[in-house]
Amino acid sequence: MRLRLVPKQTSWDFFRYWRATFGASIAAMIGSVLIFLIVGLNFGIDFRGGTTIRTESTQAVDVGAYRDAIAPLDLGDVSITEVFDPTFGPDENVAMIRIQAQAGDESVSADTVLAVETALQTFDPSITFPAVESVGPKVSGELVQTAILAVLLAIGAVLVYIWLRFEWQFSLGAVAALVHDIVLTIGIFSLLQIRFDLAIIAALLTIVGYSLNDTVVVFDRVRENLRKYKKKDLKEVLSLSINETLSRTVMTSVTTLLALVSLYVLGGDVIRGFVFAMIWGVIVGTYSSVFVASAILLFLGVKRDWSKPDANAGNQYANVDA
Amino acid sequence: MLQIDLWKRILIWCVVAAGLLMAMPNAFYTKVEQHNDAVAEIEVLGETPERLEARSGWPEFLPSSLVNLGLDLRGGAHLLAEVQVEDVYEGRMDALWPEVRDALREARDEVGTIRRQDGPVDELRIRISQPDGLRRAVEIARGLAQPVVSLTGIGSTDIQVAGQGDTLVVSLTDEEKRATDDRTIRQSLEIIRRRVDEVGTREPTIQRQGTDRILIQVPGVGSAAELKALIGTTAQLTFNPVVGRASSADDVAGGRSITLPSIDEPGAFYQLERTPVVTGEELTDAQPSFDQNGRPAVTFRFNPSGARKFGDYTAENIGSPFAIVLDEEVISAPVIQSHIPGGSGIITGNFTIEESTNLAVLLRAGALPAELIFLEERTIGPELGQDSIDAGRIACIVAFAAVLVFMGLSYGLFGIFANIALILNVAMIFGLLSLIGATLTLPGIAGIVLTIGMAVDANVLVFERIREELKTAKGPARAIELGYEKALSAILDANITTFITAAILFAVGSGPVRGFSVTLGLGILTSVFTAIFLTRLMVVMWFERRRPKTIEV
Repeated sequence: MRLRLVPKQTSWDFFRYWRATFGASIAAMIGSVLIFLIVGLNFGIDFRGGTTIRTESTQAVDVGAYRDAIAPLDLGDVSITEVFDPTFGPDENVAMIRIQAQAGDESVSADTVLAVETALQTFDPSITFPAVESVGPKVSGELVQTAILAVLLAIGAVLVYIWLRFEWQFSLGAVAALVHDIVLTIGIFSLLQIRFDLAIIAALLTIVGYSLNDTVVVFDRVRENLRKYKKKDLKEVLSLSINETLSRTVMTSVTTLLALVSLYVLGGDVIRGFVFAMIWGVIVGTYSSVFVASAILLFLGVKRDWSKPDANAGNQYANVDA
Repeated sequence: MLQIDLWKRILIWCVVAAGLLMAMPNAFYTKVEQHNDAVAEIEVLGETPERLEARSGWPEFLPSSLVNLGLDLRGGAHLLAEVQVEDVYEGRMDALWPEVRDALREARDEVGTIRRQDGPVDELRIRISQPDGLRRAVEIARGLAQPVVSLTGIGSTDIQVAGQGDTLVVSLTDEEKRATDDRTIRQSLEIIRRRVDEVGTREPTIQRQGTDRILIQVPGVGSAAELKALIGTTAQLTFNPVVGRASSADDVAGGRSITLPSIDEPGAFYQLERTPVVTGEELTDAQPSFDQNGRPAVTFRFNPSGARKFGDYTAENIGSPFAIVLDEEVISAPVIQSHIPGGSGIITGNFTIEESTNLAVLLRAGALPAELIFLEERTIGPELGQDSIDAGRIACIVAFAAVLVFMGLSYGLFGIFANIALILNVAMIFGLLSLIGATLTLPGIAGIVLTIGMAVDANVLVFERIREELKTAKGPARAIELGYEKALSAILDANITTFITAAILFAVGSGPVRGFSVTLGLGILTSVFTAIFLTRLMVVMWFERRRPKTIEV
């Protein structure tokens, strides 16, 4: 007996409720953009400069006392958060202190860090500082640029590749799904105020990769079925292709999620934000390859006659009442 | 039907075996690391029983390259420094001045007397007393121009000369500035490397980034501040004639002099001639030592040309003070007692033993040609790194186990094949990482975990396809064959697109992003290899032996 997550034979109509699913996607995207504009991302020091100090102590973290100890140093905006993690031992009390970039300094001077460390140590002698990171405003500005550049380049490259391998409609569908995934990820990061740093950009690009992986597998089957069933309605072909690949889509998502969830739970707090982004991306990416990429393909229509490539291009699009 | 040539089979197994062999040292990380350290030490420092023992801990004939652990896993300090390349222009202009002066003096009849004016530091401004002779002066100065020594600057000269009224303005051309900047960065790199090597930490990464930046990563250093103290000091040592003393920095003696503070006496300043007699560049050696009163000091020795300049100057100026200046601060200003011909001397000041040792290291390694500004500093404690490794390891094992069980349950025997391939796959990732000397970072571990999840994807695509083909095809062998054939385009398209994003991440990313892209990219390569060659080979070998009438996937 085999474990089956998806019944052997499915013939679900994935586009029956397309208005609801597509509407939900659009609403979620608008919501994400709004949250991003209103609340904004919780940028880490990689992107806005400043210093983070990770503290570890055998005594319980008292955020208020930490704040009082640092306040006399007059460092401007200081945020202190306690970090909880199941991997910590009973005597591990960890906090993150973030200090804004100091005016005039490229990177926060060693004196400032030392002053903070001394202030905290006089108050709690057992405190240690396992990590101190400081990024100057010059570098952080550039990091933002490279990050945006990386995402745009990745999307552009994908657009071209799929266009070459398939048709321009496929390419638009895939890219729409990618944009959908990225916007939703930025939305959830704004909503939950998870620290957004350089590693999250890596996660974003992996989401791009993963979502694409999924979309391409579905599209590959669509292309095959379009050749096979020349007379069938595009809507039916799409639905059939999604049904045929459904088992694989779910299997891969589940194995990837299994791996990611174990990393999320056991991998420590340092990469938790990063892993969260990927888990979210896998879920959203799987959804979008069906309900966004394929739906867009349905709206745009596809050239049906694959036996004579490039002849009559432009007047052979399927006439679909979507 | 299902046929794979013998040579292909051998090749596939050879690739797998090579991957395993390359990955093996990582399973015995500490032992191999000690072995590698011992080998390096024996080469440099000679054999000792302990080192020989450490070396014999790992057999010579086995590969010994390891995956480098990134700073976030091992702990250490990371600095990104920007070299202030413009600093060098001033020195170039100062060096040019005597040359221009001598050349103009020969034409004194036409240009009259000459005098250096103050101006921007990257310009040499010379006023001549006969403005009519300016054209001639410009001509003479142009005659001193040298061709630029660089690949891109061919055909251009190093200085440009302009005349403004009665003033001659000499500055560096853009080509020469570029060539100079490049030299400055290279020199800075070399000097930073020497300084880091002097204190003997292992495997530091010191590399150029972009046009004027240097990335320094040193594992095992206590803090970025320590590292900064070592490499951030310019260590520009000069010996300048003293004009007088002053009580504030604003009290300038006029002419081309500078006023610098004293290190030892707060509030005391010296007025010095701007042009030094000798500089630290002409030192050949510096050692920590003690002066006649038993206080820590640094002895130094000049090279022949430095020794001659120093000797001549001391012979001519007996009885007058001169200042030993380090990075714009006067260490001491002794009075010249006698002619010092040998080219060696001693720097005394209120040093601690540690300070004198450090100063000797800095002087020996040479001065940085320009100041460094630090844009980024990160310190990761070794315990935090170890915690991350432990957490990552547990997460990997659990992820692995979960995926293995899940695949076994879903695909039965074929799932087991995929699982074997998955294990070999991860081993091969480590093998490749060791082979190319890549650095494993925390996001890199995440990349591996992601690969574990996604590596099964290619197999899943094939297995699902075989299931479908079983419904229609004429028998198990045909179904397997068709399954592989038809899944191939989806596998390739899906993985190529992911590989494109990994490549882009590698190209534009830095630090953590790069570490992640490397493992992701390698993971894609190995997982495609295992899916379309390795699992297939296993399936075929099983099929040949059993010849089942029906199969269940």
